[in-house]
Amino acid sequence: MSLVRRVPEFLAPALLILATALLGLAVSNYLQAYFLDTLIKVAIVVALYVFIGNSGVLSFGHMSFVAVGAWTAGVLTTPEEQKRLIMPGLAHFLVTTNVGNAASLALAALVGGFFALVVGLPLMRLSGLAAGIATFGVLEITNNVLTYEQRIGPGLNTFSSVPATTGIWQAAIGGLICVAVAYGYQRTRFSRMLRAGREDPAAAAAAGISIYRQRLLAFALSGGLAGFAGGLYVHLQPLGASGLSLDLTFITLAMLVVGGSGSLLGAVVGALALNGLFSFFSAATNTVDVFGWSLTVPSGTAELSLGALMAIVLILRPNGLTGGRELSLPRRRAAADLSEKARVTT
Amino acid sequence: MILAFLNLTWPTFANGLALGGVYALMAVGIGLVFGVLRLVNFAYGQLIMGGAFALAYGSQWGFANWASILFCFGVVLGLSVLMDWLVFRPLRTHSPAVMLVATFAVAFLLQSIALLAFGPLGKSAGQLAILNAPWDIGGVFIKKIAVIAFATAVGCLAILQLLLTRTPLGLHMRAAAMDFRTARLLGVRANWVISGAVIVSGLFAAVSAVMLSVTELTVTPSFGTQDTILVLAGVVLGGLNRPIPATLGGFAIGFASGILGGVLPSNQSQYLPSFLFAAVIVVLLVRPNGLFARGGGAVERV
Repeated sequence: MSLVRRVPEFLAPALLILATALLGLAVSNYLQAYFLDTLIKVAIVVALYVFIGNSGVLSFGHMSFVAVGAWTAGVLTTPEEQKRLIMPGLAHFLVTTNVGNAASLALAALVGGFFALVVGLPLMRLSGLAAGIATFGVLEITNNVLTYEQRIGPGLNTFSSVPATTGIWQAAIGGLICVAVAYGYQRTRFSRMLRAGREDPAAAAAAGISIYRQRLLAFALSGGLAGFAGGLYVHLQPLGASGLSLDLTFITLAMLVVGGSGSLLGAVVGALALNGLFSFFSAATNTVDVFGWSLTVPSGTAELSLGALMAIVLILRPNGLTGGRELSLPRRRAAADLSEKARVTT
Repeated sequence: MILAFLNLTWPTFANGLALGGVYALMAVGIGLVFGVLRLVNFAYGQLIMGGAFALAYGSQWGFANWASILFCFGVVLGLSVLMDWLVFRPLRTHSPAVMLVATFAVAFLLQSIALLAFGPLGKSAGQLAILNAPWDIGGVFIKKIAVIAFATAVGCLAILQLLLTRTPLGLHMRAAAMDFRTARLLGVRANWVISGAVIVSGLFAAVSAVMLSVTELTVTPSFGTQDTILVLAGVVLGGLNRPIPATLGGFAIGFASGILGGVLPSNQSQYLPSFLFAAVIVVLLVRPNGLFARGGGAVERV
């Protein structure tokens, strides 16, 4: 494929993120919160995509990397006197250590990636349902420990005094970084080896590919991105362990699958579409104006419509809205497009 | 943690058995549908939630006990058949991952419907709460519900075993679980078998809903979700492909959960899910095909 035709592959998701950010700047402060939230979701879903999309293995454990990233960034940036108030049980060295905004995000990515690497070392040997349940176990354990362990964070409370540095630009740049890393990765030979393993494990192994090693690499990388997204998230709003658990896992996974788990574009489109819809109905709970119509819906409509949309898209387009394809300029003969066909198998 | 086991008493043991029994039923319900559809039904917990809300409304409207229970069965069966018709049937030919995520969507949808209709605080299903009273069995006080739950679970499993081994439907279901295509070629009616599995699975969900709502009195929209996750872990732990290992896995995790919840001091029992899932992960690493699966699991050669 020529380089020119490849340009939209990266540009399309990047422009979608930029457009969301610009739209977020144009609206009122109150509505901007929804755009910020959407950009964070994009970052999380792209992190999921790096592992799930490339390897074809479902992971339910990624929210634990997001949570670990959020904990890292949150603990390291809450002002010291606030830490003593909100997190009385915090370990001493964590009380006295504080870093800046950018450093906290970098550390969040690092800790998330390292945690994913450690978890992946044993877990990436598994496949199929066993892998799914094991990653579920990771989520449950992480969430359980973060909820009750007060030496490393606020326990049952939320991070209420983290400096809110995630504005629209930080969220947009964060999303762009995630997209750039994901795109960079999927251009490497490591990603190609992993995709080969996804399509046909036996043939890939016969060609000398260690699927385990490639999965582990992708898992650690996507854990790092998830941690980074968690850092962005905690700088946006007060987070607690209960907010980073099952519900968010399902919603983000659904975003990925609805968008089309086989492509980066799918990840971004899925996150934008589902979170956009969700935000719209959440805002409509307090009345929104739609082209002069004033619309009010009962609370809970957002969840309801999200669930319904998820089910409908899966029934009508099981490969997702994008069909798992990247956007590329049309070829002269659009025959061999089957090569990028998305196929996620558990 | 070892010392904690010295606290083990008969009532705790009985509660463990009861929870194990209920989880075993849920495990069979999930396993049966998996057998014929290759579908891990995550929305199973929401079926149970629906049944529990039916019970709660039954007691609010002053139904007689039997009527409430009947109502619960009706709601759960209706939901599961509807789920099969609207979601599983159109997706039957798709990859397991798509189906799994579709069941998430259904679970999410049902949960948000419950949230919208019944509110986040939940309702009390107090009607059968008298079953929490203890029976004096030789000087040991054991909750009535523990005995009833365990006995019901054993009874249901025995009936299922008869159904599977002694009736044509059971034979067809077992054949379909072995190899769906070959079974169809040999004249097994696919829709019949799938409906059979869905209905039996729904019945077991209803029984579980009745049992669980006695011990967990408040029914919230997230009722049964945590149980379903544990049962799923148990089912995979036992081995999803065959009913008996799946049942044993479900029982094991319910039993362990009940016992540990009873004997651990409260500062450790808050970490109960961690202990359970750590054990699940370790077992899966050692035996990826399940604890009770035979052989190493054939690797496909090409």
